[in-house]
Amino acid sequence: MARRGTAKRPFAYLILIILAAYAVVPMVIFLLASLKTPGEISQSPLSLPGKFRWENFATAWSDADMGRGLGNSALIAVSTGAGVAVIAGCAAYALTRLALPKPGLFIMYLLVASSLPIQLFLVPLLSMWTKIGLYDNRFGLIVIYWAIYSPFATLLIRTFLLAVPKDYEAAARLDGAGEITVFTRIVFPLIWPGVLTAALVAGLQAYNEFLLAVTFIQDSTKLPASVALYSFQQGLSPNWALVSAAGLIMVLPVLVLFIVLNRRFVEGYTSSGMTG
Amino acid sequence: MRGAQLKAWLFMAPLVAVNLLVIAGPGLMSVYYSFTDWDGLNSPGLVGFANYTALFGDADFLRALLHNLLWTAFFLVVPMSLGLLGAFLLTRIKRFQLVFRVLYFVPYVIATVVSATIWRQILSPTSGIGPALSDLGIPWLKDVNFLGDGDIALGTVAFVNNWQWWGFLVVIFLASMQSIEPSLYEAARMDGANTWREFWHITLPAIRPTFMFLSLMTVIWSFLVFDYIYILTQGGPAGSTDVLSTVMYRMAFEQQQAGYASAIGVILALISAATVGGYLYLRRRLKWEM
Repeated sequence: MARRGTAKRPFAYLILIILAAYAVVPMVIFLLASLKTPGEISQSPLSLPGKFRWENFATAWSDADMGRGLGNSALIAVSTGAGVAVIAGCAAYALTRLALPKPGLFIMYLLVASSLPIQLFLVPLLSMWTKIGLYDNRFGLIVIYWAIYSPFATLLIRTFLLAVPKDYEAAARLDGAGEITVFTRIVFPLIWPGVLTAALVAGLQAYNEFLLAVTFIQDSTKLPASVALYSFQQGLSPNWALVSAAGLIMVLPVLVLFIVLNRRFVEGYTSSGMTG
Repeated sequence: MRGAQLKAWLFMAPLVAVNLLVIAGPGLMSVYYSFTDWDGLNSPGLVGFANYTALFGDADFLRALLHNLLWTAFFLVVPMSLGLLGAFLLTRIKRFQLVFRVLYFVPYVIATVVSATIWRQILSPTSGIGPALSDLGIPWLKDVNFLGDGDIALGTVAFVNNWQWWGFLVVIFLASMQSIEPSLYEAARMDGANTWREFWHITLPAIRPTFMFLSLMTVIWSFLVFDYIYILTQGGPAGSTDVLSTVMYRMAFEQQQAGYASAIGVILALISAATVGGYLYLRRRLKWEM
């Protein structure tokens, strides 16, 4: 096998580094801006700050109400992830293990439902949610996320279930175990990585989601971080130092998760992108 | 076995319930409302196909449709090329492959609102990259108002969206390219093929299912684009970045023309359905494997 170090393909590395700069430089500018004064930003966005202004984060935290935003987002993301895991886990179990008539038809429906655009049902949904008191209500938003993220999660968990041999469960049933016991004691321990990935993907999508959040939540005390940040950066000349700090506050939890769970993250995220 | 079926239905019930409530029910209502003069509040009256015929005489709608088509073309060319280029070069190197892959993927993880904010600042005509470069003696971008100039605003928003998107394509293409048999490349090298010919005659045909699938997703998703445009320009200046979704949003929630907006929603769903249908048809006709 020939040695292939950086010296071997200088041209490939050059292009890869240019591409990496395209991805990274904007984030660096953003990071620097969060530690500067607005004056320093407009003078030279690329230079280091004269003095690292960590207080920007404290100011952004209170001015943009990011603390409350993150709290709301955490509540929404965790409830979405947990709810989707339960809803999709049960459905995938029914599809693969129980006597559901015509499972193929259900799978077809799931594929169609997960590719229907939000734009199709947005307007009547808002009017309906207003009528039943779910508009401007965090739970109302969570229910919508359950509905739109469950079809993909069901298909994902189904692939994990299909890989588990049915013999284990048959043995447990012969011993007189009920359906719930079979599921929690035998099946779940074998498929939990799939369930966790599905929950993680749904939670992160809910955390980053914008269109539904901005449409369905109005009250400033209930806004998730995405919409709080959106309102904070509006206007012709916002304070970019504080806006950058607020943005970083929103990204930081996700980046930490990304670093801790890199593998699961990339796999789950890419497969969710594959189904839209 | 009635009991067993009942049990299966019980496990399926939560999914079916939320789906009917949020997606199927309102989706069907949208189809109905698209044939009415609904304002979003009062009871609607049927108007037949009036909304649909009005749409095709509506300059705002047609311009937005054109913008969606331009958007589709941009996303089929620019991010797909960057994704193929990045992934192919990554298969050619041994060191730092993981580092590059992670760096390319990070923008995809960042929330849309945040990446839009990053670029709003960088592109700001007063405190962004333009004035900064002109201080360094590079004056070309000094007076460019990227998001405020109707001639370039749409391209600018597409550029910003591409920044977040292309790294995702690298990761997908790379996974697909890594499953290609190495012996294929060895045979090509025996025949004296250069890198470009290897890419064109071996890599590209081998990843065709992935390539076609991502093209399909790009088309569907380009017609539904909303977030970046709403956050960066709200469709302006003067409609120069309007797409179908932003027109629909304005009609529904600002101009109280919910029936008209529903018709746009139905058209968006039909475009998605037609794209998927065309893809499935082609796949069957040409016998592509997935």
